[in-house]
Amino acid sequence: MRRVGWLALPLWLTYAFLYLPIVVLVVMSFNASKTPYAWKGFSLQWYRELMSDDLIRQGFINTLIVAVGATVLATALGTLLAIGINRYVHSALVEAYSLAPAIIPDLALAIGLLATFALVGVTLGLHTVLLAHVVFGMAFVAAVVLARLGHQDQSLEEASRDLGAGPISTFWRITVPGLMPAIVAGALLVFTLSLDEFVIAYFTDGPSTPTLPIVIYSMVRFGVTPEINALAALLLLVSFTVVISAQRITKLTDAL
Amino acid sequence: MTTTSIGSGRGAARRRALIGRAAFAGPGLVYVTAFMTVPLLLIATYTVLTRGRFGGVKWEFTLGNFAKALDPTYLSILGNSLLIAGITTVLALLLGYPTAYGISRLPRQWQAVAIVMVVLPFWSNFLIRTYAWIVLLNSEGPINSALVSLGVIGAPLDLLYNRGAVIAGLLYAYLPLVILPVYAAIERVDPQLQEAARNLGASKARTFWDVTLPLTLPGTMIGAIFVFVPSMGNFVVPELLGGGKTVMVGNLIRDQFLEARNWPFGAVLALSVVAFLVLLFALQAMVARRINSAGPRA
Amino acid sequence: MTPSPLLRISHLSKRFGQTVAVDDVSLEIRPNEFFSLLGPSGCGKTTLLRALAGFEDPDSGTVTIAGESGELDLLRLPPERRPINLMFQSYALFPHMSVERNVAYGLQRERLDRAVIRQRVDEVLQTVGLTDKATARPAQLSGGQRQRVALARAIVKRPRLLLLDEPLSALDRKVRAEMQLELKRLQHEVGITFVVVTHDQEEAMSMADRIAVMSDGRVEQVDSPVDLYTRPRTVFVADFIGTSNAFVGTLTSGGVMVPGIGMLPGQSVSADAGPEVTLIVRPEDIRFAPTGQAVLAGHVIDVQYFGGASTVAVRVEGVDRPVLVSCQGTTTLARGDATGLAWDPAAAVLLEA
Repeated sequence: MRRVGWLALPLWLTYAFLYLPIVVLVVMSFNASKTPYAWKGFSLQWYRELMSDDLIRQGFINTLIVAVGATVLATALGTLLAIGINRYVHSALVEAYSLAPAIIPDLALAIGLLATFALVGVTLGLHTVLLAHVVFGMAFVAAVVLARLGHQDQSLEEASRDLGAGPISTFWRITVPGLMPAIVAGALLVFTLSLDEFVIAYFTDGPSTPTLPIVIYSMVRFGVTPEINALAALLLLVSFTVVISAQRITKLTDAL
Repeated sequence: MTTTSIGSGRGAARRRALIGRAAFAGPGLVYVTAFMTVPLLLIATYTVLTRGRFGGVKWEFTLGNFAKALDPTYLSILGNSLLIAGITTVLALLLGYPTAYGISRLPRQWQAVAIVMVVLPFWSNFLIRTYAWIVLLNSEGPINSALVSLGVIGAPLDLLYNRGAVIAGLLYAYLPLVILPVYAAIERVDPQLQEAARNLGASKARTFWDVTLPLTLPGTMIGAIFVFVPSMGNFVVPELLGGGKTVMVGNLIRDQFLEARNWPFGAVLALSVVAFLVLLFALQAMVARRINSAGPRA
Repeated sequence: MTPSPLLRISHLSKRFGQTVAVDDVSLEIRPNEFFSLLGPSGCGKTTLLRALAGFEDPDSGTVTIAGESGELDLLRLPPERRPINLMFQSYALFPHMSVERNVAYGLQRERLDRAVIRQRVDEVLQTVGLTDKATARPAQLSGGQRQRVALARAIVKRPRLLLLDEPLSALDRKVRAEMQLELKRLQHEVGITFVVVTHDQEEAMSMADRIAVMSDGRVEQVDSPVDLYTRPRTVFVADFIGTSNAFVGTLTSGGVMVPGIGMLPGQSVSADAGPEVTLIVRPEDIRFAPTGQAVLAGHVIDVQYFGGASTVAVRVEGVDRPVLVSCQGTTTLARGDATGLAWDPAAAVLLEA
């Protein structure tokens, strides 16, 4: 125990640094004061105001539409892509190319997509945000599924074929069930990423359908209200619940 | 007869592989090409075109956008961005490496928990996390009121809207991105190598310096890149925590596309950030090759 | 008269949770001998080795090593200060250092003069025949070459004791036989005490001066290879070293009475063997005999010819395992043949059941 002693110091420092702002935010969301900084007593009024805020509700609906759509598309494309790379392509270059959208700076991707949509003449809106979110989402799903495929014993599929199952039946009965934890982990990953994504949405969204992060951005930028504290606390709750349950269901760390 | 059947059999196998490739990898690769490669190539093309009056471009060749980027005003912004991203990266390494090392020395079952604890804030909304620092650093915020009520300071400090606040915000945003790859790198170091160093007469500190640190250098560089590059391209943190005083490349790019309507110039700036990323990754690959010509581990 | 021991291990124990990895082990290792710790995996030999090197803290017991100024309490020293070097099973060569830097590493830690280091590295690389690989990285070497580097890196420190953890297990069969001879030669040449941990009894038997056979954390027997083979002291040792046929019965004046089979030849050499004994007889000590002189009768179920000798498996009514008999050259016996078996009473070893 004594040996861990001094090594524990940076650990505690990091955790304090990571969690102090979050704790402050959550505490302040129950603040009765009109300014979002100074404590004046316990109140739930900001949560009530939040519930009746149409802009936020609409933003949340928009975000959900994008996140669900992007998750479905990205999960399907990313899973197929991973299997294709692992089984048929065997090229490090193609693999790197497929995973690149996860690493490319979001701002570069955002302006590139804006320029492309403008050139083709597509009206900006939720559909363009969705298309944009699929491209990095797919890379994340592919990465998680590829990691799993790396561990998976390919002889299982060969055994299935040897026992008389056709390629399609083998795919559905052996390959997909074996990959399920990774696919679910990837899907949850994309969903959370899309839910919170701001930069790309900011550039590829139309003015009439702001997603929740865009709404938050303008709120924070043009006038701070304690309402944001309440919203922040709720969003933190949602994110943490999704991630922790994903962790429990799929052992996310193993898949990554 | 036999030769043709063998030939067609092999042809069938090749055809199956092709169908497999097309059916599985095809859609994804087409998608990446359409929504990443084409946009990036378009941006690259825009760098040598003339700005349109209301945004967009006129298809007239020019090198003026690159010349403009070399203007002292913009060079100083680039320098400022490099400085801030650099300081953030150094701080992230100074805090992140010991943290990752500490986690790797915890009992097995606690390591997973500790890693989840590091990643968890990262999964919450980035704007919210940045906003939290406005609350925290505000002149009426908890840090200032605590310091005032403890009598450490007489009047609230100006913690917000300066370079320090921007660095704090960036560090907060990207710290987990350095801890994860460093932790993975430390975990990959064969403990027998550390024992071998001890056995040959090296102290614990010496062992860390001679064995652990060099072998984790490639992973650490990945972590550094993951902090450095997005820090340079970030425009939200400088805007919200820097109060507009701290202009970074990210802000400049955003402004060129959404306000100044000079897309070609914005394209030059954005491409310079991508170029940094590629350059740093190439450097990392070089170091990794030098250090890790390890081959298969026995 | 045996020389005073170099290393003295007394009553050493180490447990991990419920399992006792090393159980009250006492051993003495003499200067300049080639000693082997032999046992199946999980018998505690590696834990014992790691405790000697300083990577495990024993729960109890002492280890002392003879030094210039009397006996040194080994367990009080951190790993880097122990006059012991270890050759790891995986070799643990530093992948980011060249061969010569790997070998020089231990000498640099002793803060020796550059020229001295240079000279000793060159010497040892010559000894192991790797002078032309000095600037290569470990990844560029073959398995056998890596093993030589690992060995060079350890012996260049001139330790009082060199521990080798399964030194040959990562090599393929042919290289292994070569390296066995090589290790023997080197040990002779550098005059360092070697302690080799292995699960391979052939390896231990062919290299070691003395062998400690371990099982379940305890030392079963310490002896020379020949004595281990001809005079095993426990059933485990008899079974683990070479091949043996075992019969459980009651010792009488005329031999060993085995229920369901009858009287088998064997004589007690020590008085302390109780009435319940296990009779051990080696395959090469059994001969085929005509029915009148046979002590056992059965029929052949398998014949194997290997390396100039034949092994015949004979099924005997009342014995669970087939009785193995080996004979020189080929045999005329074939599957299904009936045969009788016999051996001299002196060839059988009687052990406490």
